[in-house]
Amino acid sequence: MELFWYIILGLMLTIYVVLDGYDFGVGILHLFLAKEEKDKRLFVKSIGPFWDANEVWLIAAGGILFFAFPKVYASAFSGFYLPLIIVLWLLIFRAVGLELRGQVHNALWEGFWDRMFGISSLLLALFFGTALGNVIRGVNLGGVENGVSAYDPHNFFLPLWNPEFSPKSVNLGVIDWFTVLIGVIAVITLAIHGGNWIILKTNSTLIPRIKKLIFRLTILLSVLIITSFTVWTLVNPDPFRTFIDHPVLWIFPVIALLGLFGLFRVQHFLKEYSGFISSTLFLLGALASSFISIFPKLLPSTNDINPSLTIYNASTGKYGLQVGIYWWIIAAILVIIYLFVQYKIFRGKMDDIDYGH
Amino acid sequence: MEDMLLYDRIQFGFTVTYHYLFPQLTMGLSLLIVYFKWRFLRTKQDSYNHAAKFWMKIFALNFAMGVVTGIPMEFQFGTNWSKFSEMTGGIIGQTLAMEGMFSFFLESSFLGLFLFGEKLLGHKLHFLTGFLVFLGSWASGFLIIATHSWMQHPVGYEILENGDYVLKNFSALFSNPWVWPSFLHNQFASLVTSSFVVMSIGAFYLLSKKHQEFGKMFLKTGLVFGAVSSILVAFPTGDWTAKNVVKHQPVTFAAMEGIFHTEEKGSEIILIGQPNMKEKKLDNKIAVPNVLSFLTYQNWNAQIKGLDNFEEKDYPTNIPGLYYGYHIMVGLGTIFIGILTVALFFLWRKKIFNQRWILWILFLLAPFPYIANTAGWYTAELGRQPWLVYNLLRTSEGASPTVSAGNTLFTLLGFIGLYLLLGLLFVILVGKTVNKGPEQQNA
Ligand code: HDD
Ligand code: HEM
Ligand code: HEM
Repeated sequence: MELFWYIILGLMLTIYVVLDGYDFGVGILHLFLAKEEKDKRLFVKSIGPFWDANEVWLIAAGGILFFAFPKVYASAFSGFYLPLIIVLWLLIFRAVGLELRGQVHNALWEGFWDRMFGISSLLLALFFGTALGNVIRGVNLGGVENGVSAYDPHNFFLPLWNPEFSPKSVNLGVIDWFTVLIGVIAVITLAIHGGNWIILKTNSTLIPRIKKLIFRLTILLSVLIITSFTVWTLVNPDPFRTFIDHPVLWIFPVIALLGLFGLFRVQHFLKEYSGFISSTLFLLGALASSFISIFPKLLPSTNDINPSLTIYNASTGKYGLQVGIYWWIIAAILVIIYLFVQYKIFRGKMDDIDYGH
Repeated sequence: MEDMLLYDRIQFGFTVTYHYLFPQLTMGLSLLIVYFKWRFLRTKQDSYNHAAKFWMKIFALNFAMGVVTGIPMEFQFGTNWSKFSEMTGGIIGQTLAMEGMFSFFLESSFLGLFLFGEKLLGHKLHFLTGFLVFLGSWASGFLIIATHSWMQHPVGYEILENGDYVLKNFSALFSNPWVWPSFLHNQFASLVTSSFVVMSIGAFYLLSKKHQEFGKMFLKTGLVFGAVSSILVAFPTGDWTAKNVVKHQPVTFAAMEGIFHTEEKGSEIILIGQPNMKEKKLDNKIAVPNVLSFLTYQNWNAQIKGLDNFEEKDYPTNIPGLYYGYHIMVGLGTIFIGILTVALFFLWRKKIFNQRWILWILFLLAPFPYIANTAGWYTAELGRQPWLVYNLLRTSEGASPTVSAGNTLFTLLGFIGLYLLLGLLFVILVGKTVNKGPEQQNA
């Protein structure tokens, strides 16, 4: 049952990244590529009816974490207090930027909210990547110093950074060279993903340039991934254990590689959806592999005194988990129907759809 | 430690008060928009469709504010109240997670279609998407009230040896006697807010002699919906909620009503008076004998327990705040019913559209339901203090132990600054839309 909720949680987070990820990517490209008013407008229009619903995956995943694994929710949300609040503020800025830009026709106003939208998308991608890096690296649960816990064994608090910026230092911070590396990988991946969305959903004149950019970014991405792998074992001592116990799981790294391979060929694809599928596969494979590499931990402990929070010691009672399954399945079916309706009605290129905005 | 708790409370109180300014309009307005759209389908008069579109525009801005201020609410359970979340997450997490899965997806998926899809969908389907948005927002209200009700009156749980609360009975969360009265009361109160807003904009157009056709339509619709919901808020739903409080939180009730001493032969109802906590009495009191006993127990001489019946350690922490919150809500509710009855009379005599004095009153009425709603929530929340979960968990035991006062103060200031800015922009943009009027919305 814990396993069921673990898979649901991982799945919902992955869907969140795939869906809201393209919004972030469009935002990042909007910041760097879209110079003319018509491009800016088209970029925003391409995510117009979608981004709000995409964001709900984050809220819903948060709700699931809250109810199924309350200890992790409590520990992680209070421990990562500052970065989380900053993420909230950024989410507010992104939404406000999107909502308000069209309200007043004035170059200064539009320019300002365009920047807000772009910058907050970029920073959100960076923060979410950094967050993933933190979870893989683990935290000093219980705030242990010189062998003594400062808090309850499952509590901690991380400052934004410590002067050493090292994932191996005793005094960890949210930002260190490892977590930032993952953050940068996230930014690049989502920029690529957003580019693929624009290729899929618009007739933008910038598409040839975007394709070239994706190709170049993919090279950069591959280099960074290889780098991150070489340091991975330094941070996470035994990343392959679950893979070795259950060899079918190797499918996920393979999926990620397939996606990456597809991204290299983005300039040669004939079908417009191929690029988007490639980046989706890459995200899916990469996220699943990261989760599996720390399984069954949800929040690893970096000290030897307090045990990691795992799906078994952080979950709520059996009965609660059991009834949750029933309503979750009903709700999930409904959500799939909504998604289907939504994407069916707004199918095709967004340039051609006159949705009277 | 003390500071930390204080900042946590101020931050939560501030952000939730601010958040609720938006959903209270969302929930009621979605119903009114569905009504306008339905009238359009029935009568085929374009003006109803324009009206629906005009309110949709304001709705969209308001909804966006609700969403961006709502997400911090969900995060704050973990960030600022981690002890509370850790212990009770298995229970209140159920209803909160259901809210995400059942209502937020519904609302947000169909809102996109509702706002952007009129041309793609045709009017019938467009009406349906509007209806689904309405359904989603009411489901959201229901599930959040169910969550809140569990904190006021916990049911269906079991406490394990390690202090964790786990769920024992899922359906108890919804058959909790606190849920339905509170939900209905709250929904009608939200309908009061939105009808008053619609009515007020109508009066504004009539007064400024612009968009007069819409002015009349908004005024009439708002007035009728507003009058019905004002009455339903007071009776029966307000009465039901009050009876819940007497039954399950008698000490809270005594403080709300300002009853310091138990009267053997029936309690008076306080109309005006200021609680004097030193001498444990009300200053400058105006009261009507025995009415409270009648309202509460339908018996003029029933005994109501006063504060002297309880131990001081169980008193709500902020008795004057609680007392004023309650009296502001009930006072405004009574005034609303009074004013709208007069206005309905003029409407019936077909005189209302050129009675400028009454139009002015209706125009200026718009902020007051917001005040009444906020006062009502302060009644509920202050009334629960010092408990976070009534009779089970003290507020002081629920805060995050690892987050320092300095950090909370920093984020509190950030929220205040950000929200002030947002509020300003929101008011300017809504003002702009209102000023432009419904005819031009299609341009
Ligand atoms: C337009 C707003 C409005 C108006 C006119 C009223 N209320 Fe109210 N009231 C609310 C808006 C509200 C609210 C904000 O929606 C609350 C807060 C919690 C809740 O469920 O509803 C509430 C709570 C609330 C509570 C506290 C419940 C608790 O402790 O949880 C009581 C006893 C009443 N109401 C009773 C009344 C009575 C007897 C009214 C008679 C006129 C009245 N209300 C008018
Ligand atoms: C389901 C909905 C709600 C839940 C679960 C909830 C929960 C909480 C919690 C955990 C606290 C902190 C503890 C405390 O100081 O009391 C709190 C305080 C507070 N809440 Fe609520 N709340 C809800 C709705 C609301 C709404 C809608 C409002 C106002 C419009 C509100 C107003 C307040 C205020 C003002 C405080 C601070 C009270 C104080 O400092 O004593 N709450 N609530
Ligand atoms: C502490 C308590 C609360 C939490 C955690 C909370 C959480 C949220 C969240 C996360 C959203 C954004 C949803 C989206 O993305 O679509 C939201 C919006 C909403 N909330 Fe709250 N909320 C609280 C209090 C309340 C109360 C008391 C009500 C009403 C009874 C309410 C009614 C709504 C409604 C109707 C919406 C959707 C419409 C809108 O955004 O304006 N909320 N809330």
